[in-house]
Amino acid sequence: MSAPASKDRSGASVAAPARGTSEYLILGATLPDGSTTDLLLRDGVIAATGAEATSARDSGVSTIDATGLVVLPGLVDLHTHLREPGREDAETVWSGTRAAALGGFTCVHAMANTQPVADTAGVVEQVWRLGRDAGWVDVRPVGAVTVGLGGERLAELGAMADSAATVRVFSDDGVCVDDPVLMRRALEYVKAFDGVIAQHAQEPRLTSGAVMNEGVVSAELGLTGWPAVAEESIIARDVLLAEHVGSRVHICHLSTAGSVDIVRWAKARGIQVTAEVTPHHLLLTDEAVRGYDPQFKVNPPLRTAQDVLAVRQGLADGTIDIVATDHAPHPSEDKDCEFDVAAFGMTGLETALSVVIESMVLADDVEFGWEDVARTMSSAPAAIGRVHDQGRPVAVGEPAHLTLVDPGSRWPVVPRELLTASDNTPFAGRELPGRVVATFYGGRATVLDATPIPIEGLA
Amino acid sequence: MTSGTPARSATERVVLDSSDIARALTRIAHEIIERNNGSAGLVLLGIPTRGADLARRLGERVLQADGRDDPAETLVGTLDITLHRDDLRRHPVRPIEPTTIPASGIDDKVVVLVDDVLFSGRTVRAALDAISDVGRPRAIQLAVLVDRGHRELPIRADYVGKNLPTAAAEHVRVRLAEVDGVDEVAIGRSTGEES
Amino acid sequence: MRHLLSAKDLSREEAVAILDTAATMAATQQREIKKLPPLRGKTVVNLFFEDSTRTRISFEAAAKRLSADVINFSAKGSSVSKGESLKDTAQTLQAMGADGVIIRHPASGAPFRLATSGWIDTPVINAGDGKHQHPTQALLDAYTMRRNLRGDDAIGSDLGGVRVLVVGDVLHSRVARSNVDLLHTLGATVTLVSPPTLLPVGVERWPCAVSYDLDGAIAQGADAIMMLRVQRERMSAAGGGFFPSPQEYSRKFGLDRNRLAALGPDALVMHPGPMNRGLEISAEAADSAQAVILEQVTNGVAVRMAVLYMLLGGSEGATGGTA
Repeated sequence: MSAPASKDRSGASVAAPARGTSEYLILGATLPDGSTTDLLLRDGVIAATGAEATSARDSGVSTIDATGLVVLPGLVDLHTHLREPGREDAETVWSGTRAAALGGFTCVHAMANTQPVADTAGVVEQVWRLGRDAGWVDVRPVGAVTVGLGGERLAELGAMADSAATVRVFSDDGVCVDDPVLMRRALEYVKAFDGVIAQHAQEPRLTSGAVMNEGVVSAELGLTGWPAVAEESIIARDVLLAEHVGSRVHICHLSTAGSVDIVRWAKARGIQVTAEVTPHHLLLTDEAVRGYDPQFKVNPPLRTAQDVLAVRQGLADGTIDIVATDHAPHPSEDKDCEFDVAAFGMTGLETALSVVIESMVLADDVEFGWEDVARTMSSAPAAIGRVHDQGRPVAVGEPAHLTLVDPGSRWPVVPRELLTASDNTPFAGRELPGRVVATFYGGRATVLDATPIPIEGLA
Repeated sequence: MTSGTPARSATERVVLDSSDIARALTRIAHEIIERNNGSAGLVLLGIPTRGADLARRLGERVLQADGRDDPAETLVGTLDITLHRDDLRRHPVRPIEPTTIPASGIDDKVVVLVDDVLFSGRTVRAALDAISDVGRPRAIQLAVLVDRGHRELPIRADYVGKNLPTAAAEHVRVRLAEVDGVDEVAIGRSTGEES
Repeated sequence: MRHLLSAKDLSREEAVAILDTAATMAATQQREIKKLPPLRGKTVVNLFFEDSTRTRISFEAAAKRLSADVINFSAKGSSVSKGESLKDTAQTLQAMGADGVIIRHPASGAPFRLATSGWIDTPVINAGDGKHQHPTQALLDAYTMRRNLRGDDAIGSDLGGVRVLVVGDVLHSRVARSNVDLLHTLGATVTLVSPPTLLPVGVERWPCAVSYDLDGAIAQGADAIMMLRVQRERMSAAGGGFFPSPQEYSRKFGLDRNRLAALGPDALVMHPGPMNRGLEISAEAADSAQAVILEQVTNGVAVRMAVLYMLLGGSEGATGGTA
């Protein structure tokens, strides 16, 4: 377990604290509600705030000047592909979670489409242990819904739930559970342990051979289109199934205006549905595909400007509950080729918060503040994943999972400089706002001065 | 001297005016007839752009002097040499000019190539290649309005309007009414352009 | 013009310049000696990832008439199913000294990738990519129309006012896309005629009209009708189930005797080939006096000579001078 050397940050001057330091005093941080406070982190929890925290100033703790920085509860990603086991050439648990920490995350849900598939207690426990040993974030494995993602019979969901990994989120992400009976059974079955099915909504027959959004651009480029209805029809079916059997269902990477409408309707009807949107669907449109650059090939595909506006509004008004990265690293040979044969997916852990700031917080056409960032990127995903000690308020006695972000700084996205082991970011060459300055996971600084801090002895 | 034209730079000096050019062409036309014992079996091929115009003028004079009243097209054509140039890959792509050959063809004819200025001889070499793609003349002769010297190939003109000693750094500008609105030949300090 | 990737990239002036150059090239092909010297010493690679003997031979003839050396590389069905091979193959050919690459590829955008990814630095000519573009086909179609409809006044002219019907499987057709773009640029008005299943979503934004009714479109008048090839397998469920039967397709969208008569004797009958006689075009129409289908093939060589000359005939990276 080590990071690929080529992706190591070199030459950065690190003002690392003394090894073993476990107490931090954060001075003058701005809370999501806009107030400022000092925070004392001790023994893995927020030990004090306000004047009480300030009084620890001269007791020898490491202090961090957080003037102008926003403190958020540690970010929680419900949708991360860490690729291990099986595709360690694209990412490992270690490299992916280190990237996550730098992106401000303290918890990620590792998707099940590994090789072998995470469809048994053994595999999910392996991933969970890799995450625990790496120590960058809390790694919560997602279990496959069906054996081998084959869509034919249920995986042992109960065994995964009862394992050391305590799996609560199940998904065949990458493929849709398109058999309605199987989907119904899965929705019913996970009620026994308060689980949730996270559906990759894609009607397979309508998307055979599809590589980009079906519309004006695909017509011109001659690329096979992925129609919005292929997503919307599955979402419509699944919210009705969830209503029928009284289960909760989560919609992965919702991407179309129609999907927003369906989820809004379902919520109004009282159906237990939650939904996520990816950062890239908040910012990019199918116009980006015009250069046939596979860095813009993703599933579901980048949609139209109207869709982008609809998902941004949906996120702002709460119809869409969370932002999830769908971080999908791929080795360069899977992208340096023709569009048709390239792999689907984009990295996202290190750019997610910045893209949300760019597309939501700084945008004039939607109302979205730092409390909304905290809700959609921390507390709501933790609640959906039933991760009880994450996504908590920034308050005394709460676990010290925190992220400090500098909203005023802008940074250029350079693929080789990102910590993920793969280079397939669609934001290369852009300058994004909001740099994560520090991340605390259980009171330990995993990132300081925008630089990852390995656990002692694990460098 | 002709009055100044907008195209002429201040450092230019006119060496042939319109009447000089007219006289030179008339003389060349008579030389062609004399040397070839008349105009039967002759074809005049002008190299675009200005060579083509000179060829037409020469053709009209040849027909007149030889007492013929058939149209100029029976005697005169144009020959594009672009595709045969030896400096194609040193320049941006050059547009191709039309090649028009009199209906009787050039096989076993005497072809008189016509151009405005004879300089390095490379244009004429390309023209010789271009002619061999079109047919096999009995003989090829060369008529130019101006021979400015500085040959780089073993090529010599059969008919010359005026021998014009020049320095290599000078440029020779032939202007014709058909293209430039005025008939004149001028010499100027070179701006690096080849004439 | 450094590459020829899409008919959409051509301005009216560039397109007319190519047609004019093609006319000059065509004239040289009437001579006994057809070979011209401008690409002497240059090597052109025919990189074909998809079978197309016609197009390959047409490009090969064009390149050889201009004295280029031609390397044919057919990669269909070999290990080239994974995209990395496109990069490796192209770089290999460039390492062997290719001065220009003519590429046919089943993936839309592959020529664009080749030209813009920094893999190689030679000019790239798109000889048909997936469902995207086939610009030299559109140019030879436009050349054929101009020559037949404009006659002696063709040089320098465009196709302003010409009415063209393009009939058939637009959805899968790079020929249709290229023709709509180029004909529009040249001032022609285009009507696509197709069953709705064989039109792409988004076609409403193309610079053309769309009709589902061939008889109605013919009744409006046309100077040329271009029949697109329809693959029989498209009707099966596995092929997408785009139409119920070849018979029904032929009845509603085939160019038969009655429709040929309705077109009138002056309308050009065109087809990019290869034809499915009896499906999209009747033998009577294909063999009629107004059919210019074989002339399209002939003109293809002249148009490709023009394109090769204009992309490779000058100095490396030099542009301009196309007018």
